Amino acid sequence: MIEFQDLHKAFDDKQVLQGLSLKIRDAETVVIIGYSGTGKSVALKHIVGLLHPDAGDVIVDGQAVSTLDRNGLTLLRRGIGYVFQFAALFDSMTVAENLQLGLRRRRLDEEEIQERVREALALVDLSGTGDRMPAELSGGMRKRVGIARAIALRPRYILYDEPTTGLDPVTSAVIDRLMVRTREHLRVTGVVVTHDMRSAYTVGDRIAMLYEGRVRQVGSVAEIQETEDPVVRQFIEGRPE
Amino acid sequence: MIQAIGRRSISGIEAVGRFGHFLMDLGRALSDVGVWAQLLIGQMRRIGVDSLPVALFIAAFTGVVLALQASYTFTGAVPLYFVGTLVGKTMMLELGPVLTGLALAGRVGASMAAELGTMKVTEQVDALETLAYDPQSYLVVPRVLAATLMFPVIVSFAIATGIITGWLTSLALLDLSTPDFIKGLKLFYLFKDVWFGLLKSASFGFTIALVGCIVGLATRGGAEGVGRSTTRAVVFSAIFILVLDAFWAVVLL
Repeated sequence: MIEFQDLHKAFDDKQVLQGLSLKIRDAETVVIIGYSGTGKSVALKHIVGLLHPDAGDVIVDGQAVSTLDRNGLTLLRRGIGYVFQFAALFDSMTVAENLQLGLRRRRLDEEEIQERVREALALVDLSGTGDRMPAELSGGMRKRVGIARAIALRPRYILYDEPTTGLDPVTSAVIDRLMVRTREHLRVTGVVVTHDMRSAYTVGDRIAMLYEGRVRQVGSVAEIQETEDPVVRQFIEGRPE
Repeated sequence: MIQAIGRRSISGIEAVGRFGHFLMDLGRALSDVGVWAQLLIGQMRRIGVDSLPVALFIAAFTGVVLALQASYTFTGAVPLYFVGTLVGKTMMLELGPVLTGLALAGRVGASMAAELGTMKVTEQVDALETLAYDPQSYLVVPRVLAATLMFPVIVSFAIATGIITGWLTSLALLDLSTPDFIKGLKLFYLFKDVWFGLLKSASFGFTIALVGCIVGLATRGGAEGVGRSTTRAVVFSAIFILVLDAFWAVVLL
């Protein structure tokens, strides 16, 4: 289980998170929605200790992330797959090498590494692209490689940072289907940060709206769709006023 | 005014703190041998072999100029075989290490800052962390170690090249014989001249790589930030090389 406990974070004078509290139960996918700049990605980065909170904490499997030392963080990160907004593929490595890097850190034997790479690329419908460089791939393919890199690790949790941003509607739907397939195949707990409502409705078990640094409303897809909260309604309907 | 001074002082102290913290992390990452050892050879090749042509080119012309300027200065007053002394001493003690260091600050330091800066702004450094790698072990240690080990090798070749071109210039243009050039070269030669130059160059390699990594990993913003980091790495490296050069002269000579 992942639990945000009264998380606060500021950058210089800008207060981004102001008491974010949210529980993500095992095997569910929670989508965090909200306006740009409200701290959705910042919240996600706290889960893996890429950012240190000013106050509050994130508890993952009973461990307070901010109290972990380097070894503790390494062990925690071995159980978490992270899909970055722009994929963050290592551009000097081939697709296969991108997937192998995390697996080598886990000291798996070579045969298992190759098997996992093949399996992960097949799951994202990119079999046969292992020898290609990231620069040779389209935006959608890069995102799928990013997802493959995360699922090859067979993590307990997968964190998706804006997985469909910048993609055309069809490719976005492919990524959504992929996230659902990943959840069903691997039974992982997922946290998805997005402002793409169609994606949120497709992949989320629950949706949490982040507003002014804290959760404005959290509920099932149906509850969010029927909400009477004016701020949440305005956001999900995409009304300018 | 007082506020501005206060702000600058605080940011200066913070920078020193960050530098100390970075060095501590670097020391800790040295124990992660399994990660950095497999990357070390590749970095040594990139830094060493790929930098050699630039270093040799600079050293070759430095040797020519040193021989000609020595002869011009000594004419009529000092025996001409002192050309060998001046070329040898100057290449070993000063121009070999310093000119190579300054040239490689541009080549190696800038390339490290640009590479790590790009990785930083495209979240590749964060991705590395989420894959359970320590960026210090994976990115910084192999670069700093490779530069520290390879700079003395590059400088050795540069010194040898400078002396050889100085000798060839003396033969061809100064009517100085080979035995006279060697006599001059040996005249005030001390083994200390060699290790002093190589120690200096190791410290330059360490500094250039460290500055390139620190500046690269502190990059913010997009392409503009990478450009700023690259410039900053070259400028800081050049300044540190000159300061270190003076430091070693005061301490060891």
